[in-house]
Amino acid sequence: MTIGLTEYLTVAAIIFVIGTFGIFVNRKNVIIILMCIELLLLAVNINFVAFATHMGDMAGQIFAMFVLTVAAAEAAVGLAILVVYFRNRGDIDVEDINLMKG
Amino acid sequence: MWTYLQPVLGEIILAITASQFMLLTGISKSEKRPDLIRLFAVIGLLLFAFSGFFTDRNITETFGGAFVNDDFARYVKLIIGLASAAAIVLSRNYLKREKLDQYEFSVLLVYAVLGMGIMVSANDLLTLYIGVEMQALALYVMAAFNRDSLRASEAGLKYFVLGALSSGILLYGASLIYGYAGTLRFDGIALALQGDYGPGLVGGMIFLLCGLAFKISAAPFHMWTPDVYEGAPTPVTGFFAGAPKFAAIALIARVLYEPFGDLAEGWTLALMVFAGLSMLVGALGGLMQTNIKRLMAYSSIANMGYALVPLTAGTLAGLTGMLTFMTIYIVTIIGVFACILQMRLRSGIVEQISDLSGLAETNKGLAVTLTLMMVSLIGIPPMAGFWGKWFAFGPAIGAGHYFIVVLALVSSVVGAFYYLRIIRLMWFAESKEPFIVGAGAERSLSVMSAILLIVLVVVPFITHPSLSLIRNAATSIAG
Repeated sequence: MTIGLTEYLTVAAIIFVIGTFGIFVNRKNVIIILMCIELLLLAVNINFVAFATHMGDMAGQIFAMFVLTVAAAEAAVGLAILVVYFRNRGDIDVEDINLMKG
Repeated sequence: MWTYLQPVLGEIILAITASQFMLLTGISKSEKRPDLIRLFAVIGLLLFAFSGFFTDRNITETFGGAFVNDDFARYVKLIIGLASAAAIVLSRNYLKREKLDQYEFSVLLVYAVLGMGIMVSANDLLTLYIGVEMQALALYVMAAFNRDSLRASEAGLKYFVLGALSSGILLYGASLIYGYAGTLRFDGIALALQGDYGPGLVGGMIFLLCGLAFKISAAPFHMWTPDVYEGAPTPVTGFFAGAPKFAAIALIARVLYEPFGDLAEGWTLALMVFAGLSMLVGALGGLMQTNIKRLMAYSSIANMGYALVPLTAGTLAGLTGMLTFMTIYIVTIIGVFACILQMRLRSGIVEQISDLSGLAETNKGLAVTLTLMMVSLIGIPPMAGFWGKWFAFGPAIGAGHYFIVVLALVSSVVGAFYYLRIIRLMWFAESKEPFIVGAGAERSLSVMSAILLIVLVVVPFITHPSLSLIRNAATSIAG
């Protein structure tokens, strides 16, 4: 069996769904949410690279490089905000992020 | 060279301003630094706003067509630049009093505006993504700018998590569109839609639209808005409610009209769902609020719903209606937040609606201005807000979407209840401890936008040029 476009797209879709579910189902730790966000972006990267290789077009691969760069910046900003939050709050349980409601 | 760079002139100005700030910090005295940099930021933003007037209108595309600066982009940038400059001016007094006056505030704001400029000029999925992210990353940090406050950091965290999720969804849509259209360029996608296209393109468009709906806080993707508006420092909230919303909705308009113009039947339905839900959520959610920033969050959700109504028509008139509505909305929102920033007792800033009670006795000027703003937000005829809604709902009626217009009118009436409650409290309730007199910038900006909301309608030599600017802008992508 050869591995073609369909297989790559399926894997990417599964990873994307795992990432999305992780954000909503996870009730314990904000770090896990950050990991799920990385999963989302990596799933998209698989999509881009698979499409690019399939079509023989460079644009998708370039897009993937940009996504990697932005993902790094996003992780930096996200962790910085998380550290600030931890300093004020003392823990990072998802269930405790409920100061504002309604 | 000049031909290539002319369309990005505004963005180049912003990029240079923002990066020179870092150098300026080295040569300025530390206590002067925030003021100096604020001054440069305002100048840079004004130059950015008016850059559309002193560049050649015939040269629009650059970077191989990935970046386009047509009349539409020029107009949106004009409003965004002015709104952001106003946000910086408004932030000064607040930041000084709350001991938050760090020069990074202006730097982040300018970088966010740079991202917005790239967003509205995007002509390519990659440019679109870079613009959205550049804007969002700066805004996440601004939401958590008051880093000693638990509420602000919680707001920043929530905004970050949901914002990152939304860009993930947007990106997944972009990857599907790329795969099924075979190109990242908007004109290429439009071309792909002419022939046989698979479900992948439609699915990709829906994902992309959902991601962008997060950015304008349209329901059902609005859950971050009330928390972020309440938790973030007030000037940041004021900034969030104006410029980023306009940039995102302009991007939605461009994406729907240009590459996906042939899929109009599909996205009309999606927009109607977003618009209908936002108006309901905005109108009903605001009823029980006690915090004025949280109330403005629900008000902005409802107003984004109104702004989507004309786009459902999918016509030139619809685009004109959206631009008119958003322009008037942004003038109003600057005025409202200039008023909210004046709600300060001797003991500190307050943000409960009940703190406004009896304001007409203690501070007549503020009460009159805020009343005019609220009247405009309700949409009562002498104020510009009425004409905003007139231009917004007209095209939808023209396209035969009666249901959504009826829904919009019903939610306007429901929403009027909470604006009227504020007016009633100010004029007919027992007066409380008076506010201390606000800074000159806040007072003059609130009065200015109140006057502008009346003048916009009455004085033809302001109305005509602005309407023809809007019409040119709309024609450049829908004509």
